[in-house]
Amino acid sequence: MQYRKKRPMKKSHILAIVVIAVAIAIIISTAGDASTYVNFEQAYQMASSGNVTQIHVVGELPKDSAGQVVGLEKSSDNLSFSFSLIDDAKKEQKVYYNEPMPPDFTRSEKVVVIGSYQNGLFVAKKILLKCPSKYQEQKLNAGV
Amino acid sequence: MHFFIGNLGHLFVITAFVTSLAGAFSYWQATRNSDLAKKNSWIQNGRFAFYSHVIAVLGLVCSLFIIIYKHYFEYHYAYAHSSLHLPGQYMLSCFWEGQEGSFLLWMFWHTIIGLILIKTQKVWEAPIMVVFTLVQAFLASMILGIIIPVLDIKLGSSPFILLRDALADPIFKLQPEFIPKDGNGLNALLQNYWMVIHPPTLFLGFALTLPPFAFCIAGLWQKKYVEWIKPALPWSLLGGGVLGLGILMGGYWAYETLNFGGYWNWDPVENAVYVPWLILIASIHTMITYKNSGTALKSSIILVIAVFVLLLYSTFLTRSGILGDASVHSFTDLGLSGQLLIYLLFFTLGAILLSIIRWKEIPSTEKEVSTYSREFWIFLGATTLCLMGFQVLLPTSIPVYNTIILLLGGNSNIAPPANQIEFYSRFQLWFSVAVALICGTGQFFWWKKIDKQKLKHELLMPILWTLILFTLLISITKVYTPSYLALTLAGVYLIISNLRVLFAIAKLNPRLSGGAVAHIGIGLMLIGVMYSAGYSKVVSLNNTGMLISKDLPTDFNRDNLLLFLNEPRSMADYDIEYRGERVEARHKTGYINKNDIELTFDPYKVIAKKDIHFKNKKLYQAKDTFEIYPENTFYEIELSKEGNVVATLYPRVQINPAMGGFIASPDIKRKLSRDLYTHVSLPMNREEEPEWDTLIEVKVKAKEVFYINSKYTSTLEEIKRIDEIEGTPLSADDVGVQAKIKIIGEHADYYADPIFLIRNKSQVGRLPAEINDLGIKITLLNILPETNEFLLGINSRQKDWVVIKALEKPFINILWLGTGVLMIGFSMAMIRRFKEHNDLKN
Repeated sequence: MQYRKKRPMKKSHILAIVVIAVAIAIIISTAGDASTYVNFEQAYQMASSGNVTQIHVVGELPKDSAGQVVGLEKSSDNLSFSFSLIDDAKKEQKVYYNEPMPPDFTRSEKVVVIGSYQNGLFVAKKILLKCPSKYQEQKLNAGV
Repeated sequence: MHFFIGNLGHLFVITAFVTSLAGAFSYWQATRNSDLAKKNSWIQNGRFAFYSHVIAVLGLVCSLFIIIYKHYFEYHYAYAHSSLHLPGQYMLSCFWEGQEGSFLLWMFWHTIIGLILIKTQKVWEAPIMVVFTLVQAFLASMILGIIIPVLDIKLGSSPFILLRDALADPIFKLQPEFIPKDGNGLNALLQNYWMVIHPPTLFLGFALTLPPFAFCIAGLWQKKYVEWIKPALPWSLLGGGVLGLGILMGGYWAYETLNFGGYWNWDPVENAVYVPWLILIASIHTMITYKNSGTALKSSIILVIAVFVLLLYSTFLTRSGILGDASVHSFTDLGLSGQLLIYLLFFTLGAILLSIIRWKEIPSTEKEVSTYSREFWIFLGATTLCLMGFQVLLPTSIPVYNTIILLLGGNSNIAPPANQIEFYSRFQLWFSVAVALICGTGQFFWWKKIDKQKLKHELLMPILWTLILFTLLISITKVYTPSYLALTLAGVYLIISNLRVLFAIAKLNPRLSGGAVAHIGIGLMLIGVMYSAGYSKVVSLNNTGMLISKDLPTDFNRDNLLLFLNEPRSMADYDIEYRGERVEARHKTGYINKNDIELTFDPYKVIAKKDIHFKNKKLYQAKDTFEIYPENTFYEIELSKEGNVVATLYPRVQINPAMGGFIASPDIKRKLSRDLYTHVSLPMNREEEPEWDTLIEVKVKAKEVFYINSKYTSTLEEIKRIDEIEGTPLSADDVGVQAKIKIIGEHADYYADPIFLIRNKSQVGRLPAEINDLGIKITLLNILPETNEFLLGINSRQKDWVVIKALEKPFINILWLGTGVLMIGFSMAMIRRFKEHNDLKN
């Protein structure tokens, strides 16, 4: 009996402990690396308090009475552009994006910008467009 | 209106649903009866039901295909996914572009596999076919498209729904019989040969996970806890190979067609198939362990069930609309989320419950596995694969957590990681290193009996070889990043150790070497991924030009390059030059300059303005009318070195309002050691009016040479009187003069023919001539008889341009080579296991 007690831990137990430890590490890191959906105000607060993580902001493009998107500015070489975005709290914010404007940009219903405030300006690293899907359209296309 | 085919199709759907339920019931009765005669008669019933089901599914597939192929646009499926001008081979892609068609494809493969199982598995037939027919019933219910009367619940979405029932367009009120002339067309991204073979391969892979699951459930149910492994293993191997191939085809398609610059994006849709595949691989290994040593039976059961459940979960994720904003290419929501959830929960809970009930009875060995045994290493590897899958599954499910929290009345704002590629790669890289090291080391225990001393001896040479090869590799290719060094080392070790086993087995029995070959494939793939993804770099860097804002830091990478027509820039050791817009002929291979064709009323037909050549081959004569694909524009980009053209790339842009506007696809220059990947980021908008600079006046005499924009040598070749303008004759009171100016452009000579006109002796009219390629407009302003000179006005504008992005992918061919080797390995292993199983039966 004495001998049995002194036996080292079973390998399967060690393995189980390691597996659990790795799983916990994965959960913690996922929680840590997950981004959040916030509005511009919250994003600004985060940036001012030194939090530089990238966040998601969902918003809509402001349109004039004729339905034209306003607040678009393209750089003269077409390689980058900026636009206005109105978030869920109705705050309008200028967003800079260092890529050419996607040609279907103005058609999008909703825009998700992923980025952060830098020196008081919102710089998007990535933008996701939510375009009206052809399946949702209840009208037939022209040319029928 | 072709009502018959739709009604027939719908009848087939209902038949398929009912027969699968009937089959499930009959086979279930067969398992319950111990009386042989009764059992056999129930099996006969089950077979009859399943055969009828197979016929119904085939009928269903044919009906839907006829609707697409014959362009019956009164049906929503044909209207939404096809069009008249769609090339024939892509009709197949239409079939599975929609959710309904892809469910059908899945069902189709199940029927084929089911038929094979009925033929080959007499002992197992009844219990496994219960599982099969139940799965088929759930799948058929997804396309039923009927409304349950009392509950008012819509069950499934039928592919045979008429357009007028699918869309609430007012025209159907006025004209119920209205049929659109053309369909919406197939998404351009899917008009690719990979999209013809990738979905069937992927769904075959999906379908192949059902036999192992069915055998496992049958084993638990019939208390044949150990016997199920033998018939299940070859199917798992086949599934592992086919699903892996399907996933990689998807990656290759993305690389060739999408413009995110790679073959893998860690998109939820990709993750949703990657995770089950990892677990499938783990399950194959534990099953082999069980066959060899009698250990890991319980883990095999858990993993085989997990593979199927994860596939159902991935189906739920991609088809229920729950991913929403998180994914760019999941299916659109058809309102099936409830049904999908029931499908998922039914098999998940059923399998878990059955396992719990039977758990105590499953035999297991208590003996401790030695560290110096093959089983230990395989088990360690399988565990790592599971953790690898878990790491991907957890963040991919973030939208699910949000939905659950929302349903519970809470509010959650968790978003997926902002930089998915970086996030997943960081973990998956180290897991891959671990898997490769474990797998490589495990090979030394091939012949079971080995102790510490012997191991040291065995390890020495392979480690030496690994280090030599590794050092050579990293010093030649200059790999310095620690994580990439680790991956390279692990990959090389994996290859060397498996080569050693391969040589040893090949002498004894080459048929057993499938595993080693597959492992070598994985090693090559890891190295290929390391180079092509880790050292992928943007070569279209642009350090000139303006900043987006003065307030921002200046160290922004500008990854795109603005190219003006015929103006070379340097990029990645090449001179790169944009040569203009091209279209593709429909019936001949080749790209055609847009300047050389004249449009007609039919957008698909054009007329050649002159003889059209492509690569020294004459395609069309002047005045020929021929067909093109009008939606696609190709941007000819020429790469040259020291004045010699080394490659011409044709990245594509499709403008298709019905499909969401602008779709860019890359063109890839492939070299043995690296790919140069180029796509259009922004094409010029032709609808915008160009801005002309202020007019510059020049006085020239006939035959005089002058310069336009101080770079184009031009000559006023002649001045002549004309009697008509574009076919309209001038009257006697009118005077018309036309100049002919030759301009020597960068690559060709151009002629401008501006006209000067005096109408009714007083009114002056001027018709300028524009040279699109040069961005200039010439007007004949006046004739100065006193000096014998002509006054020309020259306007210039920005030349035509395109913005491109180019990336370099080093050693990507090692990845594709590895894929091929992996597939060979899978095939060898599978053939061996099927043979083994058959030998046993005979």
